[in-house]
Order: sequence, then structure tokens, then C-alpha cells
Amino acid sequence: MKLKFIEEKIFNVLMILSTAAVFGFCASIIWTILKTGFGPLNWEMLTSLPGGGFYLGKEGGILNAIAGSLMIVLSSAFLGLVISIPIVFYINVYRKKTSRLSYFTRLSFDVLFGIPSIVYGAFAFTIMIFFGLKTSLLGGIIVITLLIIPIFVRSMDEVAKSVSKDLLDATYSLGATRLESCRVVLRQIAPGIATATLLSVGRAMGDAAGVLFTAGFTDNIPTALNEPAATLPLSVFFQLSSPIPEVRERAYAAALLLTLIVLALSVTGRLLTRKFSKNRIK
Amino acid sequence: MKHEQILLYTRIFKDRTASLVMKILTFASLLTLVVMGVGLYYKSADILGAQGLWDLIAGSQWSPLSGKFGFWPFILGSVYVTILAVFIGVPISLLAALFLTENAKAWVKQAVFPVLDILAGIPSVVYGLWGTLIIVPWIADSFGPHFVEYTSGYTLLAGGIVLSVMIIPLLVSLFVEIFLTIPSDLKDASASLGATRWQTSRLVVIRKASPGIIAAIVLAVSKAFGETLAVLMVCGNVVDIPHSLFDPAYPLPALIANNYGEMLSLPMYESALMFAALIMFVIIFAFNATARIILQRVEKSFKL
Repeated sequence: MKLKFIEEKIFNVLMILSTAAVFGFCASIIWTILKTGFGPLNWEMLTSLPGGGFYLGKEGGILNAIAGSLMIVLSSAFLGLVISIPIVFYINVYRKKTSRLSYFTRLSFDVLFGIPSIVYGAFAFTIMIFFGLKTSLLGGIIVITLLIIPIFVRSMDEVAKSVSKDLLDATYSLGATRLESCRVVLRQIAPGIATATLLSVGRAMGDAAGVLFTAGFTDNIPTALNEPAATLPLSVFFQLSSPIPEVRERAYAAALLLTLIVLALSVTGRLLTRKFSKNRIK
Repeated sequence: MKHEQILLYTRIFKDRTASLVMKILTFASLLTLVVMGVGLYYKSADILGAQGLWDLIAGSQWSPLSGKFGFWPFILGSVYVTILAVFIGVPISLLAALFLTENAKAWVKQAVFPVLDILAGIPSVVYGLWGTLIIVPWIADSFGPHFVEYTSGYTLLAGGIVLSVMIIPLLVSLFVEIFLTIPSDLKDASASLGATRWQTSRLVVIRKASPGIIAAIVLAVSKAFGETLAVLMVCGNVVDIPHSLFDPAYPLPALIANNYGEMLSLPMYESALMFAALIMFVIIFAFNATARIILQRVEKSFKL
């Protein structure tokens, strides 16, 4: 047999092995999380606050972390949308998609997207010290908002870029102002916004390094912006470093819960894409 | 004034106001990048003034109590762990992406993208958990003993493996996107000259896609470089320059995350940690900007 056919065979096998490895890693992670987390996961854990001696393995739950995560992520997602939707419209409708400013804005957001969350955390921490803030719910919201804006802008921009110029021209020829054209574009990119929101919320939910500095940790549900807030990933992290097996088991359960939430968000995001696509002009 | 005229003016007024608001938001968000760099620099100015840039980067003595800050072990730890992740992750991703674009049946393609979505979505702390439960014991009990007498499992290698799994979804989806831009005429021409599929992949697809591949790798490098919690959980975190794969490492992000609690209690400590963040910011900024510019060129050159 010619050498090139032997080479072909070898690399075919290697390619299949690599693809199998990707599936394998995913299966291994999911299996590990399910196996270790499913047992200890129970209703009491989800609906109660840490009791006395919680970190020694006594009763209590992680409601503080669930509530903290939800508060931070929902407020950040809202703030993030309010800030990033106008930016997307500005670089796609108000400015020409190919203008220098649009190019530069996209590049900056690409870079911001790549900046790791620990750097966001450190930066937000310096801002907080500057304004005399302590680790608090507000700090967590600030850092997650900063983190989520680039994800929002990038994913919505991908969709907005594909809106055809003809559509915009048609609205202008009917006498619409650019703001009114934005409303037409909004219909077109609604599925993109929905998907982007859910995927980014998932990412923000799982982020721990950013809130480590800024949100702090507490056993209570925060009732004001200046109180510290617990978050799910940090709850996993802190409980995992405990030497007591019961506490570690709860960390596994919390990790399972976190994974389930993130995955549910991403699946819903994909499904919404299909559902919302009906207004779209192809 | 006539009614219609007022209506027109209000519409124009709204349009102008919206334009202004959007402009301000856009420029403000562009400024965050600058403010971030300046802010971190401002915070680390203290320690830069006290020790000098070279001394900080190349020094390897780390004793916050006596005010000595040398970042060399941490920088090396970060660099080693990142290089390792790339060495493991890139070949797997490259081969998988080639398989998906050139050889795979439709059902494999349909199955693999949700899997990549899941891998990309799993939070970093969960990767860390997986690392401590699966990879660390594997290294300590079955893989490590073949090479060294004793290893705890919390090693450079564990960090590299976990990171490589974390960058695989990013790499595979970027590679697939890049390979799809290669015109099929080129592949057909190669096939008609008698090349096998692998030869076509190696000599045509990979070669033609090489700028994109490099850019994708650079992006993966910067993701791996900044990854915090997963690495923190599996690397061992010992302040020492790692000499083998089975030594513990202490990457920069782990340093920041581990010590943020004490940093306000010691003089210069805060400044030192902010300097660590600044190093990461500068490196990742440079890497990301280069990679994105290359990727945009690649995209443009293939658009007809």
C-alpha cells in the first residue's frame, strides 16, 4: 500500500479519536457532577438558609447563594441590556456598519470580551475602594454588568450586522427617522437578543472570580444594595475546601444545581431562537 | 405652527436625543478599556515606584510580610500551564474540527454542537470540581507513579489538562468556522490531482487557514491565561518555580484570588496584587487585539 493511504488511515483514526475525546470529556464531566451531586441534593437544601454549624456539616441550605446569584445576575442582565442595546443600534443603524467608529467599537468589545473576570474583579474592586464601597450586592452587580456588556454587544451585533441595508433604506424612504428604523431592526434582532440574554445570563451565573472580590459572602439573603451577597459558584468553592465530607457533598449538590441552571438557560436560549424567528425577513 | 409640523419636530427631536444618548453610551463603554488599564496602573504605581518593573517581574522572592514581591514564579506558572493546555487542546481540537468539516456524517455534526455548547457553558468552578475529583486522583494514583516517586496530583499537569478541556469548545468552533471559509474549489483541485483527504487537509486546508488557526490559538491562550477558579483548585498553589509536570504551580489569577482577603492588611500587598492584574490585562489586551485583527482580515479576504 502506498504511504499516503497508510497516512490517511492513521489520521482518520486520530480524527475520530479526537472527536470522541470531545464527547468523552463532556460525558465525564456531566457524569461526575450527576454522580456526586444527585444524592445530596434535596428540597431542604434549596429552600433554607445556612443554619448554625452549617459549615461543620449540620443542617441548613444554600438559599442564600441561590438568592444572591439570582439578584446579582438579574439586575446585571437588565442594566446590561439597557446599556448594550443602544450601543448595538448606534454602530449598526446610526453609523454605517463599516465606519471606522463601528470597526473600532467592535474591536474594543472583542478585547473586553477576552479580559478575564478576575481582572474585572480587581478593577471593580479599585473602583469600589475609590468610592468607599464595601463588598456588597452593589459591587457584585457592578462587576457582573461590566462583564456582561461585551457578551451582549458581541452576540447582538452578530445578528444586527445581518439585517440587510435594503430594509433600512425601505424605512427611510417611507420617511422614518433613524430612531423609528431602530424599531424595525429591533423586530429583526429580537431572537438574537433573547438568545444573547439567556446565554450571557448563564455565563454570568457561573462566574466566580469577578464576584470573589466584590460581592463578598454571607449566610443571609441581602435586603439592601450595601449588604454583602452570597453567590452559587462561591458557595461551591468555599464548601469544597472544607475537610468535612458532609459539607463537601453539599458543594457537589450545589455544583449540580449551578450546572443545571446554566444548561437550562442555554437550552432555552436555543429554543427561543427558533420561536422568535417568525418576524424575521430572510 | 401647524399640527403636522410640531409632530415632525418632536420626531426629529427624539431622533437627535436618542442619537446623543447612544453616542455617549458607546464612547463611555469604549472608555472602560482605557479606564481599566489606567486604574490598574494607578493602583500598582506604588509598588512599581518601590521596586522597579524589572525587579518585580524577574524577581523570584515572594514574602509579603517583609515587603518583597517577585512575580517570576507566578508568571512562569501561568505560562507553563497555558502552554501545556495549548499543547493538549490544539491537536485534539484541530483534528476534531477537520473531522467535522471534511469527513463526519451529518448526525455526528448535529450531535457535536450541543456538546460544545455544554462544554462552553459549564462554569469554571464545576471544571475545577471535575478536576479535583477525576484528574487529580488519576495523576496521583495511576499516571504520576510511572514517572515520579510521589506526586499529590495537584500539579501543573492537572491544571494543563483541565484548562485544555476548557479551551476545546472555543477552539473547535473557531476552527470549524475558519475551515468552512476555505473554498471547496481548492479542495476539489487537490483531490483531482490524486491527493487523499488527509493530504488535502494538511496541504490545502490547514495551510490556507493558517492565519485563522494562529489567531484562534492566540484567543485560546488568552482565555487559558486568565482562567482563575478551575486552575486555582487543581494546581496546588505552591510559590516555587515548577521543574516538572508533576510539580505544583501557582499561576497569576490564582495568586490574586487566594490573597484578596489579606491584601488590605499588609503595606504594598494590594498594590502588588493589582500589579498582577495589570500584567494579565496588558498581556491579554495585546493577544486579543492581535488575534481579532488577524481574524477580521481572514474573514474579509475570503468574502467575495
